[in-house]
Amino acid sequence: MTEIPVLGLVIQFAGFLLDQLPFIAHAAVGLSIPIALAGMCGVVSERSGVVNIGLEGMMLTAAFVAWVSGVVAVAALGPGTATPAFGITLPLLIALAVAVLSGMAMATIHAWLSISVRADQIISGVIINVAAAGLTGYLNTLIASQSPIGAGGFTPLQLPAELTSLPVVGWLINALFAQGPIAIGALILMIVLQVWLFRSRWGLRTRAVGEHPRAAETVGINVVRLRYRNVILSGAIAALGGAYLSMELTNSFQADMTQGMGFIGLAAMIVGRWTPVGAFGAAVLFASTRAVSRAIIFAAPTGDLGTFLSGIPSQVWDALPYLVTIIVLAGLIGRSIPPAADGQPYEREAAT
Amino acid sequence: MSAARRSLRDRAVAAIRLAWSTLALPVLAIFLGLLAGAVVIILTSGLVPNHPFDPGLPLRAYSALFDGALGSDNGRVETLVQAAPLMLAALGIGLGFKAGLFNIGGRGQFLMGAVASVAAAQLVHDSGPLVAIPVALVAGAAVGAAWGFLPGFLKAVSGAHEVVTTIMLNYVAVALLSWLVAGPLRLPKSPQPVTNDVGDAALPILLGRDGHIGIILAFLAVPIVWFFLYKTTRGFEIRAVGANPDASRYAGMKPRRMIVLTMSISGLLVGLAGAGNVLGLNHEIPASFSTTVGFDAITVALLGRSHPIGIMLSALLFGALRQGSQGMQIDAGVPSQLVDVVQATILLFLVASPVIQAVLRLRGVSSGLGTTETMTKTYGTESVR
Repeated sequence: MTEIPVLGLVIQFAGFLLDQLPFIAHAAVGLSIPIALAGMCGVVSERSGVVNIGLEGMMLTAAFVAWVSGVVAVAALGPGTATPAFGITLPLLIALAVAVLSGMAMATIHAWLSISVRADQIISGVIINVAAAGLTGYLNTLIASQSPIGAGGFTPLQLPAELTSLPVVGWLINALFAQGPIAIGALILMIVLQVWLFRSRWGLRTRAVGEHPRAAETVGINVVRLRYRNVILSGAIAALGGAYLSMELTNSFQADMTQGMGFIGLAAMIVGRWTPVGAFGAAVLFASTRAVSRAIIFAAPTGDLGTFLSGIPSQVWDALPYLVTIIVLAGLIGRSIPPAADGQPYEREAAT
Repeated sequence: MSAARRSLRDRAVAAIRLAWSTLALPVLAIFLGLLAGAVVIILTSGLVPNHPFDPGLPLRAYSALFDGALGSDNGRVETLVQAAPLMLAALGIGLGFKAGLFNIGGRGQFLMGAVASVAAAQLVHDSGPLVAIPVALVAGAAVGAAWGFLPGFLKAVSGAHEVVTTIMLNYVAVALLSWLVAGPLRLPKSPQPVTNDVGDAALPILLGRDGHIGIILAFLAVPIVWFFLYKTTRGFEIRAVGANPDASRYAGMKPRRMIVLTMSISGLLVGLAGAGNVLGLNHEIPASFSTTVGFDAITVALLGRSHPIGIMLSALLFGALRQGSQGMQIDAGVPSQLVDVVQATILLFLVASPVIQAVLRLRGVSSGLGTTETMTKTYGTESVR
């Protein structure tokens, strides 16, 4: 008796998802960007053998620094004129540059602790996270009390209607490219990193150092220098994810606004088998639950499905991305193998 | 006669050596952390509302902090109240460190323990403290243990690293708590979502305004955990697995089972911290209920080198910092999050202690974090067998 209504609901829900696909796909890509950038940050760092769980803190720092330097730049230079596409202004560009530098600075601390001091890399990452949460919370309390004027944010690209209404692929073009500059930059970065990692000298060396640093050293690769470079580069990538949060997804900073996205990004990296494209794909998967919940709010379905969905408490949707992450991680992990030297400090053999 | 005196002197020298070797670096790290905090305060002093740049601000901030934490009877009791959950939670997280496991899920386990104890307290609301208190505490500990069991089990069967899964479970716990408080546990007709108060399960007050019996519970847990770790077979196995999983497997122990057991006990202690806090202090849970105990306890455990006595001392220190930071914010206008900055720098200097030792040429000092070497070695791999 009860199976028929359940089946009916499932069919209705599938129909609703199909109907809302353009909206859901667009929202999923938009929400996946910080997770995907975190995942790619993890790929660059861990492929060279350094575990980076401090990326959450690097993102948070960059999100805060982007907002604050926007405030300072607007105060010093005025709001500036925005370009027609993306709404880029001089203060926004300065803010983005400073944010990336701040992420690289945090990454340098992590690199020093895990490569030079040879500390436990997970504890080092926790230090970055605690420091970032503390410093940004502390400064935010001080600065927010003066209600400053920020630099605003980037705007998404306006695509011509002919392009987005194309049959079959219109929704995909809309989802991927009707986004802000950092999001589109992340898509480009995904392709560039994928090619670099598997087709360039840097990529070969990175993978060699991540798998067998001693062997890499014997053929003349400077393990320590390469790891430093990769970790600092990964900090820049994480910083883009943080800047995306406070410059593109929203126009301001809130305390703890990363909300574990860096850690979801790490899970995306594992699920994506330590490749940029895989990490991006997993990030879209993780973000899609939140996109669906938005679709349900903005275009609430009617009828049986509507009553059923409105009976689901909002907290279920809040918890869903994290639950999906756990389930996928636990289901896939045995088949996803990390770089062999991941997390292990490297000590050069003493010359005798 | 002289031989006896000499042996006494030798023993005194040995005791001083031991104290120096175990305390020198933590104390130095605390000092450097406070110094770094002072630098942050000076650099940002111009931002404090209605306040010019002021190099003297750290002194006033720290004296307000000290006053708030230890300057009055009330402050001292509140320091103990703040230290109790930290102590319990850090004992749990330190136990994880001993087994080479990193439980970052303290926040979730704390919240689930708290909400479970309140739910249980509803059931035994009027059945007298002798029944209600144990029931509520056991419920909190059990659900905390379940919240720790989950990531342990996932790691044991699939290798999913506990650092990622425990963090994810923290957010799940926040959502679950918010749903429980807004739904099944909500006090009828309350304007804001909040649970009913804990009724007979409220812990009796022993000291001052808030000094509840949970403080004694926390201090009691210190020798119990010490005994478990150092005097029982299970405790030995946990330490052996943490020190060298391969060797312990060779010796016939079962690292997988130890992982599940350790994470469960770890969650149990953190859940108990949550239960004790809500039964003794808050007495009810609003939907926005949150905690910094989970993350603070990581620092407490590391600073205490995962040893129960070290954890007790560092929990008292951080209880004082948390308590004093409120006075600091009110009296000196310095935001209480400064404690987090200080905490991060203390950790930084602890982790970088080999460098500090080299720079300051400290001798005879035991360095580093001791038992945490195996943590990243099992990261994301299927090396757990």
